[in-house]
Amino acid sequence: MATRIVMSKLSPTMEEGRVLRWLKQEGDPVESGDVVLEVETDKATMEVEAMGSGVLKKILVDENATVPTGTVLAVIAGPDEDISELLAQTRAPAAAVPAAGPDGSSATATPAPVETPQAAATAATVITAPAPQQDDGRIKASPLARRMASERGIALNMIQGSGPGGRIIKRDIETAGAFGAPAAMTVDVGSDMPYERVELSQIRKAIARNLAQSLGPIPHFFLTVEIDVGALLDARAQLNRSLEDTGVKIGVNDILMKAAAQALQEHPEVNVSFAGDHIRRFGRVDVGIAVAVPDGLITPVLRDVAAKGLQQISIESRELIARAREKKLAPEEYQGATFTISNLGMYGIDEFTAVINPPAATILAVGATKEKPVVVDGAIEIRSRMRVTLSCDHRAVDGAMGAEFLATLKGMMENPLRLVL
Amino acid sequence: MAVITYREALNQALREEMRRDPDIFLMGEEVGAYQGAYKVSRDLLEEFGEWRVRDMPIAELGFTGLGVGAAMVGLRPIVEYMTWSFALLAIDGIVNAAAKMRYMSGGQFKMPVTFRGPSGAANQLAATHSQALDSWYAHIPGLKVVAPATARDAKGLLKSAIRDDDPVVFLEGELLYGTKDDVPEQDDFLLPLGVSEIKRPGTDVTIVVHSRPLHAALSAAEVLESEHGISAEVIDPRTLRPMDIDTILESVRKTNRCVIVEEGWPVCGIGAQIVDDIQREAFDHLDAPIARVTGADAPHAYAHDLEQMAFPQTEYIVKAVRHTCYLE
Repeated sequence: MATRIVMSKLSPTMEEGRVLRWLKQEGDPVESGDVVLEVETDKATMEVEAMGSGVLKKILVDENATVPTGTVLAVIAGPDEDISELLAQTRAPAAAVPAAGPDGSSATATPAPVETPQAAATAATVITAPAPQQDDGRIKASPLARRMASERGIALNMIQGSGPGGRIIKRDIETAGAFGAPAAMTVDVGSDMPYERVELSQIRKAIARNLAQSLGPIPHFFLTVEIDVGALLDARAQLNRSLEDTGVKIGVNDILMKAAAQALQEHPEVNVSFAGDHIRRFGRVDVGIAVAVPDGLITPVLRDVAAKGLQQISIESRELIARAREKKLAPEEYQGATFTISNLGMYGIDEFTAVINPPAATILAVGATKEKPVVVDGAIEIRSRMRVTLSCDHRAVDGAMGAEFLATLKGMMENPLRLVL
Repeated sequence: MAVITYREALNQALREEMRRDPDIFLMGEEVGAYQGAYKVSRDLLEEFGEWRVRDMPIAELGFTGLGVGAAMVGLRPIVEYMTWSFALLAIDGIVNAAAKMRYMSGGQFKMPVTFRGPSGAANQLAATHSQALDSWYAHIPGLKVVAPATARDAKGLLKSAIRDDDPVVFLEGELLYGTKDDVPEQDDFLLPLGVSEIKRPGTDVTIVVHSRPLHAALSAAEVLESEHGISAEVIDPRTLRPMDIDTILESVRKTNRCVIVEEGWPVCGIGAQIVDDIQREAFDHLDAPIARVTGADAPHAYAHDLEQMAFPQTEYIVKAVRHTCYLE
C-alpha cells in the first residue's frame, strides 16, 4: 500500500519547511523507519523517516525548495504499484478548507486549503488573492499604499514591501513615515553592480523577521575596537614625503578606505545588503564617505576601492568631497555604497555609533586619534590610538561576522605594509 | 419589544398588514389549512378566511400568474413558495410578467406583489432543494430583492415589501425561521428597503454579508476580536436590489480591507457585484485584494459533513479576514 511523506508541522510556529537533502533516491528500497530526507524548519534541521515500506516511487519536491506544511514530498509504494491516481490527487488537492463538523468530527489529513482562483472555480469556498510573483522587477503596492506614498512624498522604490510577493502595503508606508525617512530600503546599487543572490535559510528568515520587529526597520548592533595607529601614521608620513612633488597627500581616511575595502574582500559576507527575501552579496566594494555639508550630510561613493591604489583613492576622494561640499554631485555619485565610513575624529569625538546608510548593511564610525597610555608587554607606553565602531544590520550580518571583519581591518591598519599586498 | 422567532416575526408582519389593508391576501401551497409548510401563516386562515388565505395546487407558474393578474387589477397579493427552488418553475411569471409589467405598460399598471419563501439550504434536503439563487433575482431590472437575516429585519422589511408598489422577491431561510431576536411590536414598525445596516462596528476590516451567513460572520468577528486582535465591521445590505452600496463604501474607506460572504455560489454572485462597486468607487482606499467566502462551487451535498463544509462557516471567514489583513 502506498504511503505519502508529508512536510509535517514540526514546531508550533512552523508554516513552511525546506527540503535540505534527499537521502534516498527514486527507486531506492525503503523500510519503515528509514531516514528518507532532511528538512530545515524555522528552528532546526530534522530527519524525516518513512512511515511505510516499499521503494521510493516518486520525489515530488526538489532539494532546496521551500513548501508549506502539509505538502506531499514523496510517495513510497510497492515496486510495481500504480500510484498515478495518488499522484493526480496530490497535484489537484480537494480545494475545500479542512473543517470540523458541528459535532466535532474533523476531516483529518485534508490537504492544505488552496487559495488560487483556479481552485475557487472548482470547489473552494474561500477566495483570496494569490501572492504576486517575487522579484519580477515591478514595484508592487496596494492602491492605498500608492496614494499614501504620493501624499507623503515617499518614493515607492525606497520602501521594502512586507506584503505577499513584496507588495508595499499601508503599514509599510506608516513605518517609513514613523522613522522620518524611508525605512528598510532595497535601493539598487548601480545597475552594473554584479551580485550573487544568496537564498535565505530558514534560520536567516526567522532572524530577519524577529529582529525587524525589535528596533526600527533596520535592527542595528554595534562593535567597537581600538586600533593602534602609530605604524600607520609613520608610514603615511613616509609616503607623503615621497609624494611631495606630486601634490598628492594621503590622508588617514584614504588608508582607512583602502584597508576596509581589502578587509571586505576577505569577508564578502559583510559586503552585503538585506533585500527582503534574500541577501545580496556584492561583487565589488563601493565605499561611501560621509561628508558634512551646511544643511546636512551626503555620502559620495568611491567605486571599486579594493582595485585602486592609495594615490588614486586620495585623488578621487578629494575631488568627490570637494564637489559634495559644493553640492555638485549627480545622484549616481552618492547612491549605492556597499559600505560607508563616517569620521568625526576632526571634531575630537572619541567614539560614536553611526546609523546604517541603506542599502549597505554596515557603516564604520571613526573617532579621533589620540595619544594615550597603553600597556604593551607589561609596561606602560604612550601610543596613538583610534577607536572605530561598526554598525551592522543584524538581518544580514551577525556579531561574529562583524567581529572577524573588524579584526582583519585592525590587523591591516596596525601593519600597513599589508595594504600593498 | 419582545424576543420572538423569525417565523413569528413574519407572521406578525402578515397579520398586521392584512388587518390594515383588505386588498392584501396570501396565496400558496399549504398556506391555509396546513398553516404553512413552515408555519409562517399560522392562524391566518382562521382570522381572515379562505378568500384572503388561499391554498394553491402544486402549480407554481399558474398561481404566480394569478398573483400578477391580481396585482394588475389593484389587489396586493403575497405569493408564498414552499421554497425558492420550487419557484424555478414560476420564474417566467416573476421575470417576464411581474418585473416587466410596469415598464411595458408605460406605467399604466403597478405591480404591488410580494413573492416570498425560504431560500438557501437547510438540513440535508439535497441538491435540488438547497440553493441560494439570490443573484438570479438581483440581476433583474424591475424587481426588488430583500434577504433579511434576523427576526427584527424580517418583520420590518416584509411590511415594507408588502406596501411597496413594485414586485418584491423576499428571501427567507428555513434555518432562520427558528432564530430569535428583539422585535418591536407596534403595527407601524417599518424598515426601509434599500438601506444597509452596520450589524457590528469595527475598524480593521469590513465584512459584507447577507441572510443566514450573517450569524457565522458575527461569530467570526468575535473570534477575530478575542483571538487575533482584529476589529471587524459587519455590514448587512439586507436589500440586494437596490443595494445601499454607500454604507459599504464608507466602511471600506475606513478599514481599507473587505471580505464578502454569501451562501450562494461564487460565479456572478452578489459578492462579485459588490467587489465591482468597491474597486471602482474606492480603489485608492484598498490595501488588499477583496476576498470572498461563498458556498462551495458545486451542487449542494446531501451528506451531513460535506453539507457543512459547503457553507460559509465561521472559520472560513476568519481565515479570509486574516489573509486580507496580511496575517497569513
